Order: sequence, then structure tokens, then C-alpha cells
Amino acid sequence: MKQKDCRHCENGGAAGTELEEARGREPVAGLTAASSASGVGRGSCSTARRMTEPHIKNRPPFPWFGLDIGGTLVKLVYFEPKDITTEEEQEEVENLKSIRKYLTSNVAYGSTGVRDVHLELKELMLCGRMGNLHFIRFPTQDMQAFLQMVRQKHFSSLHTTLCATGGGAYKFEHDFRMMANLQLLKLDELDCLIRGILYIDSIKSSGPSECYYFENPTDPEHCTQKPYRLENPYPLLLVNIGSGVSILAVYSKDNFRRVTGTSLGGGTFLGLCCLLTGCSTFEEALDMASRGESTRVDKLVRDIYGGDYERFGLPGWAVASSFGNMMCKEKQMSVSKEDLARATLVTITNNIGSITRMCALNENIDRVVFVGNFLRVNTLSMKLLAYAMEYWSKGQLKALFLQHEGYFGAVGALLELLNPST
Amino acid sequence: MADSAQTGSSGDSMDKSITLPPDEIFRNLENAKRFAIDIGGSLTKLAYYSTVQHKVAKVRSFDHTMKETEGDPLYEISVQEEITARLHFIKFENAYIETCLDFIKDHLVNTETKVIKATGGGAYKFKELIEKKLRLKVDKEDEMTCLIKGCNFVLKNIPHEAFVYAKHADSEFRFQNTHPDIFPYLLINIGSGVSIVKVESEDKFERIGGSSIGGGTFWGLGALLTKTKRFDELLQLASKGQHSSVDMLVKDIYGGAYSSLGLTGDLIASSFGKSATTDKEFSKEDMAKSLLHMISNDIGQLACLYARLHNLNRVYFGGFFIRGHPVTMHTITYSINFFTKGEVQALFLRHEGYLGAIGAFLKGAEEDNPNQYSWGENYAGSSGLMSVSPDLNPMQRARSGTFDMLEMDRLERQLVNLPLLQDPSSYIPDTVDLTEDALAREYWLSCFEEALDGVTSSLLSFGHFPAFFSLPASAYGSLTVRSLLDTREHCLNEFNFPDPYSKVKQKENDVALKYFQKAVMSLEKLSWEQRQFALVRGLLAGNVFDWGAKAVSDVLESDPEFGFEEAKHQLQERPWLVDCYSEWLERLKGPPHKCALFFVDNSGIDIILGVFPFVRELLLRGTEVVLASNSGPALNDVTNSELQILTERIAAMDSIIHAALKEDRLTLVQSGSSSPCLDLSRLDKALATVVLERHTDLVVIEGMGRAIHTNYYAMLNCESLKLAVIKNSWLAERLGGKIFSVVFKYEVPAKTHGLQQ
Repeated sequence: MKQKDCRHCENGGAAGTELEEARGREPVAGLTAASSASGVGRGSCSTARRMTEPHIKNRPPFPWFGLDIGGTLVKLVYFEPKDITTEEEQEEVENLKSIRKYLTSNVAYGSTGVRDVHLELKELMLCGRMGNLHFIRFPTQDMQAFLQMVRQKHFSSLHTTLCATGGGAYKFEHDFRMMANLQLLKLDELDCLIRGILYIDSIKSSGPSECYYFENPTDPEHCTQKPYRLENPYPLLLVNIGSGVSILAVYSKDNFRRVTGTSLGGGTFLGLCCLLTGCSTFEEALDMASRGESTRVDKLVRDIYGGDYERFGLPGWAVASSFGNMMCKEKQMSVSKEDLARATLVTITNNIGSITRMCALNENIDRVVFVGNFLRVNTLSMKLLAYAMEYWSKGQLKALFLQHEGYFGAVGALLELLNPST
Repeated sequence: MADSAQTGSSGDSMDKSITLPPDEIFRNLENAKRFAIDIGGSLTKLAYYSTVQHKVAKVRSFDHTMKETEGDPLYEISVQEEITARLHFIKFENAYIETCLDFIKDHLVNTETKVIKATGGGAYKFKELIEKKLRLKVDKEDEMTCLIKGCNFVLKNIPHEAFVYAKHADSEFRFQNTHPDIFPYLLINIGSGVSIVKVESEDKFERIGGSSIGGGTFWGLGALLTKTKRFDELLQLASKGQHSSVDMLVKDIYGGAYSSLGLTGDLIASSFGKSATTDKEFSKEDMAKSLLHMISNDIGQLACLYARLHNLNRVYFGGFFIRGHPVTMHTITYSINFFTKGEVQALFLRHEGYLGAIGAFLKGAEEDNPNQYSWGENYAGSSGLMSVSPDLNPMQRARSGTFDMLEMDRLERQLVNLPLLQDPSSYIPDTVDLTEDALAREYWLSCFEEALDGVTSSLLSFGHFPAFFSLPASAYGSLTVRSLLDTREHCLNEFNFPDPYSKVKQKENDVALKYFQKAVMSLEKLSWEQRQFALVRGLLAGNVFDWGAKAVSDVLESDPEFGFEEAKHQLQERPWLVDCYSEWLERLKGPPHKCALFFVDNSGIDIILGVFPFVRELLLRGTEVVLASNSGPALNDVTNSELQILTERIAAMDSIIHAALKEDRLTLVQSGSSSPCLDLSRLDKALATVVLERHTDLVVIEGMGRAIHTNYYAMLNCESLKLAVIKNSWLAERLGGKIFSVVFKYEVPAKTHGLQQ
């Protein structure tokens, strides 16, 4: 973990320098309030902090964005200041105003961009400013359209720094520079993820509790969602299910390690569903899955042994072979698209569950937090995961979930803009 | 889950009237008993125990109490019938099951058998058919128990059973040594689902985990995606596809590698990730490949997590997903290497497909206690490993697709390690692995092909002579000079050529005996130091006489004495190619050895004029001697029964030998082997006992087969002498010498070794 800390310093140091340069060139557009930095600073390396301290005092100019460009989805968080004075409003340049109005007055952007209104965090104090935090997403394949829009809205004239994380921060760095005249500040996705989770969990909100779990997961009749207070959260296994899956063991806010990952993730679910059912969106796939029956597709223990396989304590309802019934032509003919979608969902979810369980055992951790956009509007998978953790560990493992599922990386990127993690 | 792919109507459309050559397949059926059957999703494996009658050459001493007449042979040779026990395993497609049952019914004379042990997912389905056809009661055994029992059996009894698969290496298969202690290990059985079993001892195992993503998922999902029905065809598709067009790779997300985590750009970030975001059509091949990677990686990852949790590093893979398919062995190996960074190796088994049948058989044979015996794979009756790429060997594929056989002989003697091996777990008998040495492989294969032409050409007319030269080099484990020689012996024996050299050996022994006393007398005239050297030269010269090597057949004509002298002249002068003679001489000036174990080589001049004078000198020094010779015939090597007669004859002429024999200072033991080579990890248990009892402190290994092709690098924890004359110009040249170069290797184990223990 020592090495990890050092890497943080280097990254932080480099980030500080870039920021400095960016601002140095910038004829400040009126909004650099002189109040001291507050709230979310989380330094971990004293030398680097000293080096950049003078600049922390300066709040970055609006707009405040955090961007997370994943394999399938781009996640954007935007802080809308609500405490703008008349004076400020008068000084606010036209471009900035138009961006603010565009984002906050719409809930959909183009044909595929969506603002998750239910996740919006209202009246949030951030860096001494009060405002609302908005959560927006669009498919990564529409990146070019997004860049066009950024260009049309003359984003570059605002001379802001765009903090971005996720693989796309690297992949599209060149496009941002060439098409939108913007220099991205690239951030490590795991650092951002953890920073984002800890921050969102730390803010007290009047809305539903950020963290929750399912009570009685093995009893479908009485399985209910309950709030959970993630106090003293370490050690923690963090499972991020995006297109693929990363599993992290988190021992403290800056001591964590990627334990393993799997390529069987949300992208696999959607990809296979598209091929098997002809659907084209995640929502469609989930909807079909909710109406299907996986036991027609999968071969269960009882299909082979006529009941439980008692010799090894395997219950008859357990899946022996995912898609195992599809080896047989007649059975292929008898299943619906909905059944196939359901089987795909169950297969991918259970697999993530079993890898997670093994990691938890190997790392000796008994609390697991599942995040990532695979879980968005996907109660089916969450309940399956909760069930799998509880059942196969005989109650030793607890599955936890977070309201802002897939946005933590983007939040972490925004925090980096406001308080470089030096 | 166990191997339980019920493929519905897999065989219904096949022509059941297909004609088979079952008499070649169900061999020795007349005396068969103790049947066991393992019916999987597509293949049936039948096991039975039978006895085999074959000819053996026996030697019998004439009664020498009467005055012997000049010219009478020393002993007589007769050919007798001997009955040995053998296990037969036959694998065939389920489509043939009815035809096969009919055949068995018609040929099964023995009616003692009442029960057939059955396992596998299909056992239930075919229960009635079996009971009706064979009139045997089907007794179902737990699949996993059978699997583990079978696995333990092959790991213990078949050398080179396990191998590591390396697709791009010079040799596809790297065979593993049989570890004396096979436990604990992890068995990952990939049937329709995956079972992960930890095996701790013969009777103790536990299913510690599993996964529903297995062979059935590949098959079922693959069938849906590609509209391809057969498992083999799916694999075929997969081997031609490009997964990167379907999978989202790290570089698709990052534009390159994710270097801070050490994830390379080509790594799969999301299986099938591209099919979620692109509308284009994907080819069947690409989807099949992506699916194969997805499933193999997933299984590999789980296997690693379980191996780590239970701290196990021997991980064997089996099940129909693996069974002889290079494609899946490759992807599983890749996955294991990736997830463990090379710390754990994926191991596969040559007879993986038979494990269930072997286990079920063993369950039924528990009263015979088969585990008390040692068993040996019979190369002549077994099909060998067929898993090379089907494109390379279409003929073979066709054959293995129908019938595949494994035969195991029950060995009369129980085989154990030589107790003097320094590290039994790392001992490898063979000096060169021909699978990894293309030049040597080419040379030796051509040699044996030639030799076979001469001796066994008539065998080929039998039709089902195993064409082992057309098999992949690794059909029976690592290809070595030893395995080639052994295969030859098995074939000769199988086709009732019990001992082709018996007459030659008899004549040679007769002739050499006449010169024994003269040879001893001439040695006694020499000074001590001259004599020591003459004894070693005699040993070496004697070893020149070897009917197995062509180059010497000219030297020996009618006058063996002349031949012997001639041979000494042929020998390389000192310094020899490997020359530790001075060290040996120094050692002889010291205290005598307590007991010497001598692995002897050829009949005739070698044993009589070379070995016996040397042994006589050892006895005179006060060293006890154990002479170890082959249990059965191999080339012109002296067999234990021949050696007994020879020793008696020599004892009658020589008082030293006579006294030693009488006082039990000279002992004859059999090695347990019928090979011209020597595997110190498979020796007769009685030999091992004698070696320990006598506190053996010197091992002498003589001849090319035992000291050069095998054991040249064997490390013993006592003094050893390895000596041979290189009678093969190709090999001599390779070792940097000429023909008749001498290897005289005297080794003393490092003293500290013993102290550290």
C-alpha cells in the first residue's frame, strides 16, 4: 500500500501543475470568489499539499463538471449554483448561462442523453457554494455528438478545466482537444470511484438513505429494502459492475487494491440479450427479463438428479448448467425471448455473485458494496446478489447497494476539480 | 455438476446397423467379468476385467548331476502359456450402444457376473436397455465418487498421465512426473456445469464449489447464437473466429492499455460488450470464439480463487468440455496463467475420458482390492492420446471418434521407488525427452522403424497393430527412447513373440561360460592395480556385445574369446569420453563397500565374462552383491530366470561365487521390469526391501539403455557407477565422441546433503 500512496502523490502533483498552468493563462472571468476552500479536501501527502496549497484557496471558475467516460455509458455530474447573486448573474458570460439553462431545464438531451432527476442532490454546499448536483448520462457511442455540442456551446471559451475519468478520458483525450479545443484533466477511475462513494455517503441528505440493503433476501415474501448506515466502512469489498466488473478491497480511503475483475458484466448481459432477443436497450432487456422464466433455459440440479444432490448439499433449485437446456433442440423451440433475457440476467448476476464471494473469503472481508450502472433500475439483480451473498455464505456476507449506482466516478472527478487530492 | 449433458436425441438419427469390427475392440471378452459402464452425454465408456493368455518363454536347467557331454546346451527353452490379468476400457459413441451390448451378449461366456456398475448422466436412460440385453442388474454409483476414484487410479498407476498443454511450444504436451504422493489436489470437472473438488486422500474428497457456467453453457448458448447443434462443430467454429470483433477490449475503452493496473490493451474488458453497442452482424465464428473465451476465463478464474483459498497448486481439469480438445485446453491454460501469474499450472490427464468408468469398475472390484497391485498401461492395446489438431491427423480423428481403447495389465509384482533415490519427486528416468528434441526424435524414430521392419514386419499383417509411428509423438506420454523400446516389447509380447532372442541368448551363454575360468585365471595373474583396470575394461568390453545394436554383430563370430579380445581393442583408450576411473581406483584403495546393487544388461559375454569377474572381486573385498535383472525378456538382456541358471553354473566352477551364494552374500533379485531401459521409480518391491536391509552403499548401472538413455542424470544418495560403451555412432557424435566411446561415471553424493537432512 505504500507504493499506492506514492502514486497518489505523483498524480496529485502533476494535476496541481496542470491546474496552475490552466489558470495562469486565464483572464479570470469574474467568478473566482476569494473564500477559502472548504468541505471535501482529503489530502494524503503533505509535501504535495504544501506545494499546491496557495491554489486551493482559489475556487475554480464555473461551470463545475465531473465526467466519467466508461465503455458503454458516459456519466456527467454538474453542479448548478443556486446562490448566484444578481451581480454574479450580470457578470455571468452568455455561454455559461446557456449551458446552465440547457442542462437544468431539460431532462433529456438529444435522443439518448438522460438526466436522472430522482438522483439530483438539492441545496448542497460544495466549496462554499450552495447548489444542486445533477446526474446525467448518455451512451459512449454518442461521444462525437456530445463533442459537437460542446463545440457549439463554445465550452472552451470558459477556460475551465474538465476533469474526466474512466477509460474514455484517455481514449477521447485527443478528440476533446481537436474537436472541442478542450484539455482534459485525466484521473484514475478507481481513485475517483472511491472518493465519490465516500463523499456521497458522507453528505447528509433529506432524501432516502444513500446506502441500503435487502432484509430477508432468502425469503421473497418478506424481502424488503432497508437503509444502512455505512459508518466505519472498512474493510470493504467494492464491486463495480459496468460493462465489465472490477472488484476492489478497500481498507481505508486511500488504501485500496483491485483484487480482480471479470469480463462478464453489464456489457455481456446487454450484448448477449441483443444477440439472443434482438432488443437494443438496457431497459428493453431488463423489461423482457422481468417477464421471463430462466428455469426453462437453465438446467437445474433437480433436472439431473430429480431433486437435491444431497451428497454435496446442492438444492434441487440451484442452476447446474446455465443455458444447459439449450443443448437440446426441442427445448430451444419452447423458450421465449423473455426467458432468454431472464436467463442471461441470472447467469451474469450469479457469476458476479460467486466471484465476489470467493474474493470476500480470500480477502477475509464480510461487507460488500455493489455499484455500477448494471444495477440501475435492476432490482432483480440486486435481490439475486443479496440472496447469493446470504445463502452461499450462510449469512456471513452482507450485500450493500448505493442509490447513485453508476455516478461515483464522475462525482470523484468533480471533487478533484474542486480539491485536488494532493 | 458432473458430466451429465443429456443431449436428447444425439444418436437417434444415426444408422445403428453400422458394422463395427467389435472383435478387435472388445478383446478377451470370453473371460470378462466385473463390468462397469459410464454413459455420458455423447460417449459411453465400458470397463471390464479379463484374463489374457499369452505365450512366455521359460528356461529350465538340465539336470547337471550327470556327467555332461560337450556341446549340450546349458538349459532348455520352452514356450508356455501364461495367464495374466488385464483391465479393458473401451470408449464409443452412445449411438453404438445397442450394437455393442448385442456383441457383448453374444460373446460373454462367463455367467458368474450378475451386476454391472453404472455411472454417468445417461446410466439412468439406458438402464432398461442394459438390463434387457445383458441380463445384468444395473447398480448405479455416484458419479463424483467414481470420477475421483478413477483419477486417483490413473495418477498412481500411469506414468506421464498428467500433462501441461502448451499450444505454441515445440512439443504440445509437457508430461509430468508421477509424484509419489498424489494428494492433495484440486479437480475441476467441466461437464455441463462445473464442479470443483478437493481431494485429500483415497477416500476423502469434498466438493468445495462449482459454477453453472460450464460446457453446457458453451453448448447451449453457442447453439442459440450460431444455430450450430454439435459441440465439436462449435469448437471448430470457435477455433476459426476472432473474439475481438465481439468483445470490448481494454483498448476499446482506454484507447490503449490501463497501465497503472497493468491491464494490457488486448485484455477483454467486457465479453460480448461490442454486440451491445453496435448493430452490425457478427459472424458465427467470432461469437463462438468470444463465448469460448468467456467461459474458459470464467472457469479459470474461479479455479484460481478456489486453489488460492485452499492453498493447492496441483489443479487437474477434466470433463467433456476439456476432453482431448486442444482449443479448450489452450484457453483454460491461458486463463490459469493469467489469473495466477504462472504460479499454478493447469494440468490435464491423458485418460481423462475414462475416469468415471475406471472408478465405477473399482467400486465393483473392491473385494479384489485392485489398489494392492501395480498396473501398467499396455501400449499395444491402447489407442494413445489423440488430441492433436484434427487438421493434422484426419485419419486418427476418424478412428478416435468411434472407438478408443485403454488396456492396463496387472503387474505380477508391486512396483515402488528405489529407496536410494535422492529426490523421488523430481526423478525423471529419461535422459532426453524426444518430444522436445526434434533432431533426436527424427533419428530414433527412423531407427525403430527400421528395426521393426526386420523383426516384426509380420505383425503388420494382423491389421490392428497399433501404428504408433503415425501417432502424435506424445501418444503415450513423453516420447523417449525408453517408451519406444517398451512399445516394441509390448507389441512383441501381445502378438505372441514371447522372447525372440531366447535362442541367441542361449547359444551365447553356452559359449561364454566355457571361457569363464580362463578369464578369471588370467585376471588373477595381474597385480592389484592392473587387475582393477582389467576388470573395468572387461565390463566395458563385455558391454560391447549387444545384439540390440547392429554395429557389433560383425565382431562376434565363432570365437568368442577372440571376439572379447577384439572388443577390448575396439574400446576407446583413456581418457574416456566421461572418465572417473582415477576417482574409482582411489575409492577402491579405501574400505570396502557394504553392499553393491548391480543392474545387469546383456546375456552371454557381457554377464559372464564382464560382470561376474567384477562381482567376484567385489565379493573378495568383502562387499555383498545384489544382482538385479529383468523379470521378463527385452532384447538380449539377461532375464532373472536365465541368470539363476547361469549363476548356479558359475558357482559350480568357482568357489568364491559358490561360497557367496551359499552364504547369501550374493543375491539375485528381479527388477520387476521387462524393458531394456530402467525406471528407478518402478522397481520390484522385493528389490527395494533387499536394498534397504543390506544397507546398500553402491549402485552399478551398466549399458546404454539403463545408464545412458535413462538414469544418466539420476541422483542417488549413495555412491554410483554408471558405465556404458556408446555403440551408436549418431549418439556418440552427439556426445562429442566416436563410436565405442566409453562412459565411466563414478559419483559420490555431496556429504553435506546427508547432514542437512
